[in-house]
Amino acid sequence: MSLDILLAGIVNGLLIGGIYVLVAVGLTLIYGVLHIINFAHGSLLMAAMYAVYFLWRRPIGLDPYLALPIVIGGAFAGGYLLYRLVIGRMSHGKDENILLITLGLSIVIDNAALFFFTGDTQTIEVPYAGRLIEFGSALLALPKLVSFGAALLICLLLGLYMRFTDMGKAIRAVAKERQGARLVGIDVEHIFAVSYGIGIACLGAAACLLMPSFYVSPSSGHAFVLVAFTIVVLGGMGSFVGALLGGLLIGIVESVGGLQFGEQLGQIGIPLIFILVLLLRPTGLFGGRT
Amino acid sequence: MSGRQSIGVAACVLAAVLLPLLFAGPAPLIVRSNYAVNFGFLVLFTAFIGQSWNLAGGFAGQTSFGHAAFFGIGAYVSSILHVSHGWNPWLAWPVAIAAGGLVGCFMGVLSFRAGLRGSYFALITLAFAEVFRIGANSVPFTRGGLGMLIRADPRAANFQFRDPIWFYYLALALCCLSLAIAWWLTRSRFGARLAAIRENEDAASALGIDAFREKVKVLTLSGAMCAAGGTVYAQKYLYIDPSLAFSVDKSVEMLLVTMIGGIGTIFGPLVGASVIGVLGEVTRELGGSIPAVKNAQPLSVILYGIVLVIIIGYMPNGLLGLFRRRRALRQAATANAS
Repeated sequence: MSLDILLAGIVNGLLIGGIYVLVAVGLTLIYGVLHIINFAHGSLLMAAMYAVYFLWRRPIGLDPYLALPIVIGGAFAGGYLLYRLVIGRMSHGKDENILLITLGLSIVIDNAALFFFTGDTQTIEVPYAGRLIEFGSALLALPKLVSFGAALLICLLLGLYMRFTDMGKAIRAVAKERQGARLVGIDVEHIFAVSYGIGIACLGAAACLLMPSFYVSPSSGHAFVLVAFTIVVLGGMGSFVGALLGGLLIGIVESVGGLQFGEQLGQIGIPLIFILVLLLRPTGLFGGRT
Repeated sequence: MSGRQSIGVAACVLAAVLLPLLFAGPAPLIVRSNYAVNFGFLVLFTAFIGQSWNLAGGFAGQTSFGHAAFFGIGAYVSSILHVSHGWNPWLAWPVAIAAGGLVGCFMGVLSFRAGLRGSYFALITLAFAEVFRIGANSVPFTRGGLGMLIRADPRAANFQFRDPIWFYYLALALCCLSLAIAWWLTRSRFGARLAAIRENEDAASALGIDAFREKVKVLTLSGAMCAAGGTVYAQKYLYIDPSLAFSVDKSVEMLLVTMIGGIGTIFGPLVGASVIGVLGEVTRELGGSIPAVKNAQPLSVILYGIVLVIIIGYMPNGLLGLFRRRRALRQAATANAS
């Protein structure tokens, strides 16, 4: 492989990684606060992508970037209610139940999408989809550059929110010590639902940023779910910075792996990394503390 | 209505629902139609692979999301030996079973050595199944995404039967065997050690149980059993491809029937497979009768997902758990009276 192609692969991988970061940040936030593994993460992303698609289609005709606030708000509300009405109520506070409940949710969401929207892949067409920008030897698609920048900006905003607002502090308190948080008067169940809502809101943002350069089908969630888990364990469960670096790294691995080994075998890198990290360094590359 | 009464009513309703289900599996013994035979085969076959999941997931408490890995290994090993190397499928079957056991042992040693438990174990099994799926899609000797076609040559000596009833009898025999293995687990010291690990692994270790060894053993057994099912599946449908053999859906199916029927019970997978089978047929019939519904298949799967959530929320021991709870209450009442 020539250096130019390798470099182009790395840059493209970084751009995809930006979106992965956004997906993984939601997952790692939910894990960090609730200590649950949200298996429905991919399916909820797929649902948000369909929402973006239907907002773009006539009669509404909304540009995916302009749809950002609507989809983020809707995703937050959906996530909050989903936790309040289903996950929190059904799990009786047992962690191992939540994995199975979110599995059940993902089955329902995937097949509801299959039933209502058929298995066809849907794409949206925006005038700027084909715009390319020269970057060294690589040609970069404008939507991917935008999504990369926006994803990192949203992560930064989320980090500031967690750092400086009262709600952010309460979330961090619950993540660290839920019993203590309850004792100082924090409504822990509310914080759980808010954290789940924020995690899903990240998916809403990811969906808006993805759609101009990606497609959606009922199985889209499957493509993302293992990627997101891999990033989260690679970066260390519950670590924001870990999700950021892990997401970019996984994007590069996927892109360069695809160039080196072809579309089919190139995908094997992600589950392999997942297995190796869990076996050899379960705290993740960047998460020192357990 | 008092708590006891309402449980009694629930159990009666449940019995009314469950009793006809008991005939879902044996239906072909009474009605010899192709429909009944294929339906009975699917119920018993699903109960068999569900039981293989139940050995590790139910009796030992090691929830797996990747049992499709074993299923696919069973299907692929026998098919490759048969199609590409001219082996007799009956001879290839034990090799496939051994391969499934070996993969189970390998997965167990790696993940239990690293101390993975609960959700982490579930996710790593899922990743293993993904590795196998992508691998089978990419290497030449599995013929990639095209899948493997087994030449139709319906002779019993060839593990293919002209009359589908023989596949039904095979599934019946396998299902009975799996019930016997599960029964043995409830009686043997091995099963008792697994139950101790399931309830509290640290306490079990403190009592001198080698948890690592027992868990590897049960995953090996579970993998071998599941692989046996994979070979039968390939021989019945004469076709296998990576997204069929190693799919998440296959893993979920095994987990689902066990959870619905009753996790860690002898008859749980059979009850669950019957319920799922009947539910699937009913929704297909009902959905098919509504003209606006073009494809009723997702409808039944949506229903399975909802049932799974409800089971976990309200009936953690599955349908059979309701009977057990009633019996426990009665026993407690007699104990109080005496």
